Amino acid sequence: MADTMAAPAKVAITLTVNGEQRTGQVEPRTLLVHFLREGLGLTGAHVGCDTSQCGSCVVELNGASVKSCTVLAVQADGAEVLTIEGLGRDGAYHPIQEGFWEKHGLQCGYCTPGMIMSAYGLLKRNPDPSEDEIRHALDGNLCRCTGYQNIVRSIQYAAQLMKDGPTAPVATSAD
Amino acid sequence: MSATLDAAAPVKLVGQPLKRREDPRLITGAGAFLDDVRLPGLCHLGVVRSPYGHARILGIDTTRAAAMPGVLGVFTGDDFLDLNPLPCAWQAGKVQNNVNTPRVLAVGEVHHVGDPVAVVVAETPSQAVDAAEAIDVEYEELPVVVDARRATEPGAPQLHENAPNNVVLRWSCGKEAAEVDAALAAAEVRIDQPIVNQRLLPTPMDTRGSIGRYDPGTGEYTLWATSQAPHVMRLLIAAFVMGVPEQNIRVIAPDVGGGFGQKIFLYFDMPLVLALSKKLGGRPVKFYEDRSENYLSATHGRDHLTDVAIGATRDGQITALKVDTHANLGGYLSTIAPGIPTTLYARMIAGCYKIPNIRVDVTGVYTNTAMVDAYRGAGRPEAAFVIERVCDLVADATGLDPAEVRRRNFIQPSDFPYDTGIGMLPYDSGNYEPTLDRALELVGYDDLKAEQAARRARGDRKLLGIGLSSYVEVCGVAPSKWIGLPGEGWGAGLWESANVKVHLTGKVVVTTGTLPHGQGHETTFAQLVADELGVPYDDIQVRHSDTLGTPFGFGSYGSRSLSVGGTAIYKSVAKVREKAKRLAAHMLEAAPEDIVWEDGKAHVRGAPASLKTLGEIALQASVAYDLPEGMEPYLDETTYYDPPNCTFPFGTHVCVVEIDRETGAVEPVRYVAVDDVGNVVNPLIVDGQIHGGIAQGLAQALYEAAVYSDDGELVTGTLNDYAIPKASMVPTYELDRTVTPSPTNPMGVKGAGEAGTIASTPAVANAVIDAVSHLGVRHLDMPLTPERVWRAMRDAERSDPGVAAAAD
Repeated sequence: MADTMAAPAKVAITLTVNGEQRTGQVEPRTLLVHFLREGLGLTGAHVGCDTSQCGSCVVELNGASVKSCTVLAVQADGAEVLTIEGLGRDGAYHPIQEGFWEKHGLQCGYCTPGMIMSAYGLLKRNPDPSEDEIRHALDGNLCRCTGYQNIVRSIQYAAQLMKDGPTAPVATSAD
Repeated sequence: MSATLDAAAPVKLVGQPLKRREDPRLITGAGAFLDDVRLPGLCHLGVVRSPYGHARILGIDTTRAAAMPGVLGVFTGDDFLDLNPLPCAWQAGKVQNNVNTPRVLAVGEVHHVGDPVAVVVAETPSQAVDAAEAIDVEYEELPVVVDARRATEPGAPQLHENAPNNVVLRWSCGKEAAEVDAALAAAEVRIDQPIVNQRLLPTPMDTRGSIGRYDPGTGEYTLWATSQAPHVMRLLIAAFVMGVPEQNIRVIAPDVGGGFGQKIFLYFDMPLVLALSKKLGGRPVKFYEDRSENYLSATHGRDHLTDVAIGATRDGQITALKVDTHANLGGYLSTIAPGIPTTLYARMIAGCYKIPNIRVDVTGVYTNTAMVDAYRGAGRPEAAFVIERVCDLVADATGLDPAEVRRRNFIQPSDFPYDTGIGMLPYDSGNYEPTLDRALELVGYDDLKAEQAARRARGDRKLLGIGLSSYVEVCGVAPSKWIGLPGEGWGAGLWESANVKVHLTGKVVVTTGTLPHGQGHETTFAQLVADELGVPYDDIQVRHSDTLGTPFGFGSYGSRSLSVGGTAIYKSVAKVREKAKRLAAHMLEAAPEDIVWEDGKAHVRGAPASLKTLGEIALQASVAYDLPEGMEPYLDETTYYDPPNCTFPFGTHVCVVEIDRETGAVEPVRYVAVDDVGNVVNPLIVDGQIHGGIAQGLAQALYEAAVYSDDGELVTGTLNDYAIPKASMVPTYELDRTVTPSPTNPMGVKGAGEAGTIASTPAVANAVIDAVSHLGVRHLDMPLTPERVWRAMRDAERSDPGVAAAAD
């Protein structure tokens, strides 16, 4: 019975988030996404469901894409976490962010941080994915606005940009 | 990383696929959605909801919860008897004496699972949830009804004393029933078909929420809300629910993560968080739904049970259409619920076609389910589904090609403006056949038909189906004198306003009463102003979504932002330009009629070197020591624009599906859409709107259904059970457009937000039914799941194909 339990003892955790060491005191039940959002003020990862379907909360944990609503903050103790806020470097956008902007890969933008982080994981595993591979790689991410086509184009664009390097010419035509 | 445009280039921006200026904050995680808003002292709401579809509240024991850690207060409906029930603004169909709307918390009875009964305010979200679970509510269960037709039958459970047989409204349009019956009796071809348009869950990824803050010093309230209509929310909360002066409430919509109609409406939490903040001495109080709460108690969409009777000639002319619809409106009336199945559904039932005899009867019904209100398309998808199924049923009965049936019944270009005779405003402009021609050409219709026949002849495992949908919809709502008509409309206007201000530095600020929740208003409106005023795009800021600092607006829905809100901006720009010309004439010592406006500069006719830039004029207008006699300082103009008509976008969509004969699995393999949304300001954004709309409509056809059990439980209560599509479940969309400018507004725009959803559901369903039509299947209800399609094929193959109508 929740009401008969004493307030759960808090646990100290230390982790590296976007290259910086961060510490916090969390309840054992605190989800990583809530620690990132409430504890560290990193509100880029969003919560769009309560059943681990939507993927709006995807971040990278020790190099792997995870739904941060499905990881306890205490499990991330000692881990390296990368969030959407840490993806760009030195004020420049990551090619995937460029791709989403260029190809209109977002409308309301709520699912976008999770989409971009999932795409980041995909392109690390597979720098040259087919359209089919992209669509299946996004099976853990839901978008209600775009119908996905421009998200796919955004990731294809980013893959090309990353292959060509930062100085490559950038096509600007819309599909 | 600003816009990539050369500010000096005199290129027109309207029509260009500019990438959105909204995006940088959203791709970096810097967006500020409701759940991201941080305020000092913020405390959190936990909601206790009814586990029963229908029950009497016998008692609520809050003592355990009140003693829990972090709890600041526990409240029930009895604590808010000073707040009125939420208003139902659109009482169409002479709904008058049987309006039942929610209170902020239920009092006495609950009418659907998820009905809010009590709340806890606590220091943290988890403390609020913990304490809410410790509230004990004693209920006496009452009988439940969830089906709209069943609810009107004798002996059905009764929800509200003032609504006998649970009827909200009985409403009709078109000709007298006897006249249409006679036309049906005389028809060469007569078809009867029941059609279900299933209930849907709108599912914006950002659920609903609100934060209320009361300022004890000033007596003013601030509400942050996931809203498509902040000004309207302020009006409804102030004047109808709380009885406080309107100017004492400020409503701010932060970044809103999708709406699709669900965020138009007033919900219990909005006045509640304001009232709670006052009770708590001004601490801000936050409510943010989890997904399950969103599914249980935010509005749902569609849910029609319809009987259609069709009369046609043997050569495919539709001569009579009689439609009888039971519209499930849920346990209470939401803000504009009665207007959806009446004005926006029944009056659009003719679609793109000239049909001489039409009659629509609508029965709006209370049931023990969540409220039903506008969901993307709002009535028009339901209408398009009926009339586009009708076309295919006529094709089937006459042996004509579905494309040919549509051609033979289309309203012709010379017919516009066209009055369908069923109470809709006249369709403004249209040219339907070219969209059909182009769609068939793009998809390769004849080749696909041949391929379909070949596969059938070979007995291939994968059946091919091709489905058409030619649609017209009503957007740009709406002329106030039409939409406001008491007893039919919503008793208020539906105009828009905009202010355009040129600061003394020449920078332009546009404020609008419309607001985006993904549609890119900041970009589109800046493109429009850049062209009309001739100032650099980057010098234009578009502000919205805050009742403090924006002129009154009715909000964004009904694909109205550009055609109504944009026109208000357009007219304000014109006023600024005219004033700037008068001032330039003064500065250049010329007559006003000799001033020419070009590319943001005023020059004397015939003397282009004698000029003043907008910046120079704005400075002069601001410093104001040398103005023409009688001219007010500053370039600052506001327009209140009431459109003379709605707009009527149209088009044709074609879907191609493959069906696995062994499993019934449907795969949408091609999707062609040819839309005519009038002139286009930003094709990148318009195409995106069409894409997303198609996905939502396709999802209704194939995947989505909100299901209630007979005892009122929402079976599809999470994203685990409710199948919104994933990237791998939708095809690539092949788009094209024709352009028939709307004569309704000076920009010739029509609106693009809902078109895809309206068109796609019947295109996909028609494709699936077409794939199995050779087995004798005439109609299937949605969603067309593998099981449903497999059963239809099996049942049709088992029975005589000649009599296997309406399998399922």
